[in-house]
Amino acid sequence: MTAETLPITTKKQTDSLRIEDLRVYYHTPRGAVRAVDGVSFEVKPGERLGFVGESGSGKTTIAMALIRLIKPPGKIESGRVLLGDTDVLSLTEEQMRQLRLADIAMVAQGAMNSLNPVRRVRDQIADALVDHGIQYSRQDMDARIGELLRRVGLKSEVASMFPHELSGGMKQRVVIAIAISLRPKVILADEPTSALDVVVQRQIMETLREVQDDLGASVILIGHDMGLMAQFVTRLGVMYAGKLAELGSVTDLFDEPLHPYAQLLIASLPSLDRKGAFEGIPGVPPSLLDRPSGCPFRTRCPHAFDRCASEEPEFREVRPGHWVACHLY
Amino acid sequence: MAALLEARNITQIFGEGLLTKSRTVALENFSLSIEESPPSFTAVVGESGSGKTTLARILLGLTTPTRGEVRYKGKDVRSMSHAEHRTFLREVQVVFQDPYEVYNPFYNVDHVLETPIVKFGLAHSRRERRALIEEALQAVGLRPEEMLGRFPHQLSGGQRQRVMVARALLLRPRIIIADEPVSMVDASLRATILKSLSQLNQQFGISFIYITHDLTTAYQVSENIIVLYRGTVAEAGDVERVVQDPQHPYTQLLVGSIPLPDPHHPWAAAQAPAGIGTPTAESCKFTDRCPYAMPMCIERQPPLYRTDPGRVSRCYLYRDAPEIVPEELTSVLSHSRSRAAQDEAAADG
Repeated sequence: MTAETLPITTKKQTDSLRIEDLRVYYHTPRGAVRAVDGVSFEVKPGERLGFVGESGSGKTTIAMALIRLIKPPGKIESGRVLLGDTDVLSLTEEQMRQLRLADIAMVAQGAMNSLNPVRRVRDQIADALVDHGIQYSRQDMDARIGELLRRVGLKSEVASMFPHELSGGMKQRVVIAIAISLRPKVILADEPTSALDVVVQRQIMETLREVQDDLGASVILIGHDMGLMAQFVTRLGVMYAGKLAELGSVTDLFDEPLHPYAQLLIASLPSLDRKGAFEGIPGVPPSLLDRPSGCPFRTRCPHAFDRCASEEPEFREVRPGHWVACHLY
Repeated sequence: MAALLEARNITQIFGEGLLTKSRTVALENFSLSIEESPPSFTAVVGESGSGKTTLARILLGLTTPTRGEVRYKGKDVRSMSHAEHRTFLREVQVVFQDPYEVYNPFYNVDHVLETPIVKFGLAHSRRERRALIEEALQAVGLRPEEMLGRFPHQLSGGQRQRVMVARALLLRPRIIIADEPVSMVDASLRATILKSLSQLNQQFGISFIYITHDLTTAYQVSENIIVLYRGTVAEAGDVERVVQDPQHPYTQLLVGSIPLPDPHHPWAAAQAPAGIGTPTAESCKFTDRCPYAMPMCIERQPPLYRTDPGRVSRCYLYRDAPEIVPEELTSVLSHSRSRAAQDEAAADG
C-alpha cells in the first residue's frame, strides 16, 4: 500500500451511512415497478461494501436514491437514509446539492464520458470546488488540482489537457479526482471500470482503494463482476428483484454462500482453475411489475418448497454478520 | 487439410490520408487460417486498440486490408464471382457485441429470423420456414413458442443474443465470428450463451472465432488462443498452456490482472516496467510496459518463436527457440488441436 507516500491531509471520517427500509418505485401506466423494495444496510466509516445483482435488480437505483437523483416517474416511497445524524431524505434541494460531492460523491457508470469535451481538466475540477463555495487564488487552485491529479496517479500536466487527449483509464482517474476533491465521507462507485480493460481496471481499482484509505471514506461499489467484488470489497450484498437476498463479509459469501441465488451466481463464474466448470442460472428474473407471491427467486430456485410460494422470507441475521432472506435457514 | 477461411499477411493501417499526419497500424502482418475440418474454436484476445475488431471486420470482408488478402475456399474475397460471394456471405456469419442495437424495434423476432431464409431461399413453404426457425431456436436453448411473435423490447439481453446466434445458425454457416458476444450480457447468462456456442461447434461442426477482451471466458470455451497486442500476435497456441503458464510478459500482465472471484487470492503485485529508453516504430510494441525489456527490444521487434510444439511467443526472452514466420501460425495452432483431441480420446478410453 502506498498510503504512506501520499500526503495525509485529512482527518479520518467518523460518520456511518445507514439505510433503513428504502423503497423506490417507478410509476408506469401499468403500475408501480418496485425497483428497490425494502432494503436496509449500514456502511461503516472506511468500509468497502459491494452490491452485485443482475440488470434490473435495483443496485443502481439504491445508489441514485442515496444521493436523491431518482428522476420521475421514479420516486423514493419510504425509508430513511442517515449519514451520521443527517437525515438525507429530509434535506432541502439546496442542502442536498451541497451534500452531493462534499459528503457523498459518485463515480457513475461510464462517468469518463461525462467529462465536458470542450473544457480543460483543470476547469472541470475547479468547477466542482467553486460550486461548493471553495475560493482559492488561481495559484492555490492550481496547486490543489495538481495534488488531486497526482493522488489519482496522473501527472499534474494533465490539468491543461482536454478529455479527448486522455485514454479511457486517464479519464476515469480524472472522474475519481473530482469525486474526492471535497473529501467525501462516502464514495458511490457504480461499475466504475465497466468499459475498461482488465489491466487498466486493476489500476483504477487500486487507485480508488488508495484514495479511499487515505480519506478514511467508505466506498459502495456497485457492479455485476463477482471477481472485482472479491478483490475490492470487505462486505458484499447480493441483490435480487429489488431486495437484498444475502449480505455478509466477502469471505463468508464466497466460502459459504447461503442463498440459493448466491450459490448459483458463484457457480456461474468462469474460473481459470477448471475448464468447463461454469453453469448458467436457468430462467429469468421476475417482472417487478407483477411480483410473484412469496420469495421472488422461487421460480428459479432448485430448493423451492411450499412455504416459498406462500410466505416471503424475512431478511434475517442467521450467523453473526451474515444475513439472508431464505426459508432454508 | 484445406483452408476454409484464410487471412494472409494482413496489415491494416488507418489514417494514412492526405490530411492526417498520424497513422495507426491496427494490424500488422497477421496470418491465420481456419481449416475445413475438424471444426475449431479459436479465441482472439486483446485490449481495446489491439486490432481484434479490425480483424473481425477484415475476415468478414467488411474492410479491405491495406495489405494482404482474405481467402475463402481458396478464392480471394475481393475477386469472387457473384455466386461465390453469396456462398461466402452465407457460410461466414457474425454475432456482434450489442444485442440491444442490432434489432429494429419495429420488427418482431419472426421477422429477424425469416429474413435470412427468404434472402437465401432456404425454405420452399411456410411450414418448412417455420420448422427451420424452430429448429434454430431450440439449438440455442430457446423455446420457440416463447420467442415467436415477440418484439425485441420484450426479450432480455441474453435472449436477444441467443436469437442472433439462432439467426446465424439458420444459414448453416461453416464459421461464426463472435465479436464480444457476451460482454453486454449478465454474468449469470454468459455461461449459458457460451455453452450453446460450444455445443454448436461440436454438434453442427461450425468453427468459431471468438473475439473478446475476457481471458476467462476465452479459456473456458476455446481450444486455441491468439493474444493480440497493438496489432501484433504477442502469444498464441493451446489455450491451456497460454493461460496456465503465460510466456509473453503481456500475457502474464493480462492473466495477473484478472480479478479472480476468490477473496483469498488477491491480485499479485504488478511489476514495474524496466524503463530502458524510448521505443521507436521498430521496437517491440510492449517495450514501454515490459518489466523485462532489454536493449534489443528497443532496436527491433522480436519475431515469433515456437517455444513449444503448440505455442508461439513474440519475445526475446525465448530467443533460443526456433523462429517461425506468421504464416506458420496455423500449423502451430492445429498441432495443439490434435494434441487436445488425443488427450480427450485418452481420457475417454
